[in-house]
Amino acid sequence: MIRLDGVEKTYRTRRGDLVRAVLDITLEVGPNEFVTLVGPSGCGKSTLLKLVAGLVPTTRGSIRVRGALVSEPFPDVGFVFQQPVLLPWRTVLDNVLFSIEMLGLEPRQYRKPAADLLELTGLQGFETKYPRELSGGMQQRVAICRALLPDPSLLLMDEPFGALDAMTREEMSLELLRVWEERKKTILFVTHSIPEAILLADRVVVMTPRPGRIARVIDVDLPRPRTVDMEFDPRFKTHSDDVRNLIFSRRTERP
Amino acid sequence: MSASATRRALGDVVIPAATLVAALVVWEAASRAFRIPNFIMPAPSAIVGEGWEWRYRFIGHSWVTLYETLGGFALSIAVGVPLAVLIVYSPLMKSALYPLIVLAQSVPKIAIAPVLLLILGYGEMPKVIVAFLVAFFPVVVDTATGLAATPPELLDLSRSYRASPFKTFLKVRLPMALPFFFAGAKVAITLSVIGAVVGEFVGSDKGLGYVILSATSYWKTELAFSAMILLSVMAILLFGAVSLAERVLCPWLTADAED
Repeated sequence: MIRLDGVEKTYRTRRGDLVRAVLDITLEVGPNEFVTLVGPSGCGKSTLLKLVAGLVPTTRGSIRVRGALVSEPFPDVGFVFQQPVLLPWRTVLDNVLFSIEMLGLEPRQYRKPAADLLELTGLQGFETKYPRELSGGMQQRVAICRALLPDPSLLLMDEPFGALDAMTREEMSLELLRVWEERKKTILFVTHSIPEAILLADRVVVMTPRPGRIARVIDVDLPRPRTVDMEFDPRFKTHSDDVRNLIFSRRTERP
Repeated sequence: MSASATRRALGDVVIPAATLVAALVVWEAASRAFRIPNFIMPAPSAIVGEGWEWRYRFIGHSWVTLYETLGGFALSIAVGVPLAVLIVYSPLMKSALYPLIVLAQSVPKIAIAPVLLLILGYGEMPKVIVAFLVAFFPVVVDTATGLAATPPELLDLSRSYRASPFKTFLKVRLPMALPFFFAGAKVAITLSVIGAVVGEFVGSDKGLGYVILSATSYWKTELAFSAMILLSVMAILLFGAVSLAERVLCPWLTADAED
């Protein structure tokens, strides 16, 4: 589904300094796989998502999605950000339909699927509300519905639950897993929460601080469907210790 | 009406109205008690009386000032909004135009008015231009701020859906800028009234500004006062109209928040 080959991204800051955001990223993500990227802030996780989406060009290396070389945004992909970034002048339903409109499709034909998605995410009855009338968690659900409505086979999520409180966060994680199991799709999910990364993923990609490199890819050895109780599973503990060691040992090693 | 609604009506309407009436009563009483001449400080009754006598002549003068004000306001939007779009979309235009706009704003408009009248001559056009010059700055600055306020994620999202820049402008940036635009427009409409009156002060034979100027030169202070009140009423009504347009076009701003 996604194939990154020796990807490097170098930014030039306003002062003219070169900053290496990510370096030598080689990774393959299979169809319908749920892969999480975890690492400390500033390790280029978000940059990597933008690179995969074709929103920014790579400095070196190549990215292929469904076999095609990525050089610009391509169809059949959904994007969710840390902030819901809804349109304040649109109702919940019209915000969900925004993706359809921007894709140049006919919104009227998607009203029913949009209503179904809102129901699936527990937002029935809120269709005609404005975003500011909703809580942060509900707003993020709307943003996820917006990304899901065109039914993309690839979903890129940049810390989508990062701005939510711990309880809402856990609830949303399980909800996302339910949606993912119901409508199979490939998900690349950036987070800085280690438990979240393990709970969701088939594989966890652990990244090092700037320049972001892949420290290791961990196969999560936990059955599906996942539940919150799995956090007490000894395998969960082993995984989270591994991730923690990879992130923190590198940090102390640095001069 | 619930108890809280009654209390709110009391605070919003009854108390300010009562204060105004009390002030007018004190004013009227003081004028009579101290026998203050009308040309120094006319009593409210004298102002109203004079205004009533002038009611038919005021229609024509008000119409001229209203026309100049609305002309200047319309021009400030017709010029200000495209300028804001240019500034936000083109860094070159920003560096070329922004300093000029700030420079134009820093010149006192009252100082420009006589020169403009010299160039453009008599009639309503120079007043429209003065009103425009006074009003357009907040429209440009606020609209530009609004257009630039779109979260970058939303622009990334539009791009990831491969929407054209024009579509993104129409469906995302423009509506995002609308509340900012209205903030500027509300300032602009009141400034337009000032601009029109300043234009009339410099040289004219009609309009409420002209009435004020000529009334004071004949010591008819009560007439000047009634023209001033008319101007204020006009400014308040125009401000109210822009606020109403904002409420109709931005209904989401008045929706109740969850918490």
